[in-house]
Amino acid sequence: MKPHQIIITLLSLSILITSCGKSKQSGKTIKILNVSYDPTREFYVEINAAFQKKWDAEHGKHLEIEQSHGGSGKQSRSVIDGLEADVVTLALAGDIDAIHQQTNRLPENWQTRLPYNSSPYTSTIVFVVRKGNPKAIKDWSDLTTKGLQVITPNPKTSGGARWNYLAAWTWAARNYAGDQTRILDYMNRLFKNVPVLDTGARGSTTTFAQRGIGDVLLSWENEAYLIEKEFPGQTQIVYPSISILAEPPVALVDKNAEKHGTREVAEAYLKFLYTDEAQDLAGKHFYRPRNEEIGKRYLTTLPSIPLVTIDEEFGGWKKAQKIHFDDGGTFDRIYQP
Amino acid sequence: MKGNSVTSESHAVRFILITCTMCFLALFLFLPLAAVFAEALRKGWELFFASLHEEVALSAIKLTLITAAISVIANTIFGVSASWLITKFSFRGRSLLLTLIDLPFAVSPIIAGLVWIFLFGSKGWFGPWLTEHQIQIIFALPGIIIATLFVTFPFVARELIPLMESQSNDQEEAAITLGASGWQVFLRVTLPNIKWGLLYGILLCNARAMGEFGAVSVVSGHIRGKTNTLPLHIEVLYNEYQFSAAFACATLLALLALVTLGLKSLVEGIQKSETKDRNPLH
Repeated sequence: MKPHQIIITLLSLSILITSCGKSKQSGKTIKILNVSYDPTREFYVEINAAFQKKWDAEHGKHLEIEQSHGGSGKQSRSVIDGLEADVVTLALAGDIDAIHQQTNRLPENWQTRLPYNSSPYTSTIVFVVRKGNPKAIKDWSDLTTKGLQVITPNPKTSGGARWNYLAAWTWAARNYAGDQTRILDYMNRLFKNVPVLDTGARGSTTTFAQRGIGDVLLSWENEAYLIEKEFPGQTQIVYPSISILAEPPVALVDKNAEKHGTREVAEAYLKFLYTDEAQDLAGKHFYRPRNEEIGKRYLTTLPSIPLVTIDEEFGGWKKAQKIHFDDGGTFDRIYQP
Repeated sequence: MKGNSVTSESHAVRFILITCTMCFLALFLFLPLAAVFAEALRKGWELFFASLHEEVALSAIKLTLITAAISVIANTIFGVSASWLITKFSFRGRSLLLTLIDLPFAVSPIIAGLVWIFLFGSKGWFGPWLTEHQIQIIFALPGIIIATLFVTFPFVARELIPLMESQSNDQEEAAITLGASGWQVFLRVTLPNIKWGLLYGILLCNARAMGEFGAVSVVSGHIRGKTNTLPLHIEVLYNEYQFSAAFACATLLALLALVTLGLKSLVEGIQKSETKDRNPLH
């Protein structure tokens, strides 16, 4: 084959491939993009299938729900940089606040638009240890033992990591009666035991479960149960004496949805999360349902332990973000890599 | 290996050196490759094919092929014209251009991705204008292609420039004297001289375009079934505990690499035999 023939063949091949790609569009399909955080992957697969079925039956149009997952902070950053999410379902309110502050694509009062602070399900932070708990880890005080390896993601990029951090802080604040220096000292010793900081919760989980690094993983409760399912007989869950009520919120990104003409379906999608069907799915995926009746069904797996809320304990996300995680915050002071 | 007067080391030394090299190769090249194939087939052929047949996997494969095809074509055109310019003419800023071509080699992939966010992200330099005109570059196909183009930019040119520099301009000059037009000179004289080098560059460019992870990861947005290329799809599968499926897709990439390498040695073989054939004429 002569060189120009090669070029011509390549050209026509590429045109062929590109035209294949285009044939997918059709008028009867409506698409929304849900930008979510790491541990919700399996949960939203089921939610999407259930909602899609319902919507298709009611509207005679085909709905496609596209998903993107990653560390909550990173995902929020992507939406700010132009990832056109119709809805965001992130790990904490601070990350959605950031979208409001930086782009104004959703109003400031976004969190009051849906019930329960816009968090249709909650979770908490628990410990995952190796089977049989060989290092006898029972509570937050055990995490600073010299030589112990604690796995947690980076609070700068991961929502779960920020909940982990605040849960540890909550315990320390009580234990040291609010003495700031002693709390900081505890946090410092805790993070001295952290060998790697992954960018997202899922990265930390694979570090701990798949790569076998570390003695204890600070983890979302739902993620902890998922590890038990994926790696049966290798780990067990330890509930600490106190933890934090993690409220992962959901929100419509108004300007994006209006641009796509998807406001109606996106709003319906978020409201669907509060229905019995979705609440039950939440429980099934080890999130704590807001609906108390449904919550009762899952009490054996999701026991009630003392939980503090971010509003009572830390005065809300904005304040917590500023004091602990912004540049120069307590995390920067206690963590030197 | 006959005794050679230049390499006078004893058999023992030679044996040790060769064993070391072989062990090193086995450890760092064959073992990982074997692991990829073994992991992929751990749950049987059925799951292997099923995971390649999944809709999101297919769309990732398609996206990767489209991206690679466009990058290869664009960079071939650029590479040939750049090396033609650099080797056949002398002009001001020639060495600057030469250095700039190498830039993507020197820059870390994450920077290669982030620059596009700084330029085309909605808070970037051209962000507001793009939003106004409803053009989506970042977190969509154009962004992925641009990032890949940037990363694979030097491959063809870097392959051609040394080759064309080593060839004299005599043949081109003769063709021009005989009345050939510029285009004719290029097609009939220059191109045949560089065709194997060109093909080699294209193969390398293609391999990198298909395998690029870092830069593409930054601009992709990770929408499954839409903006995940094959390498990104593998990461997603791995993070979802679908290890066999992840490795199945990884085998696909590994196979592509092996085919590329096979073609490469074929091209090299042809190149060598051709120069041998031609030598007596000189």
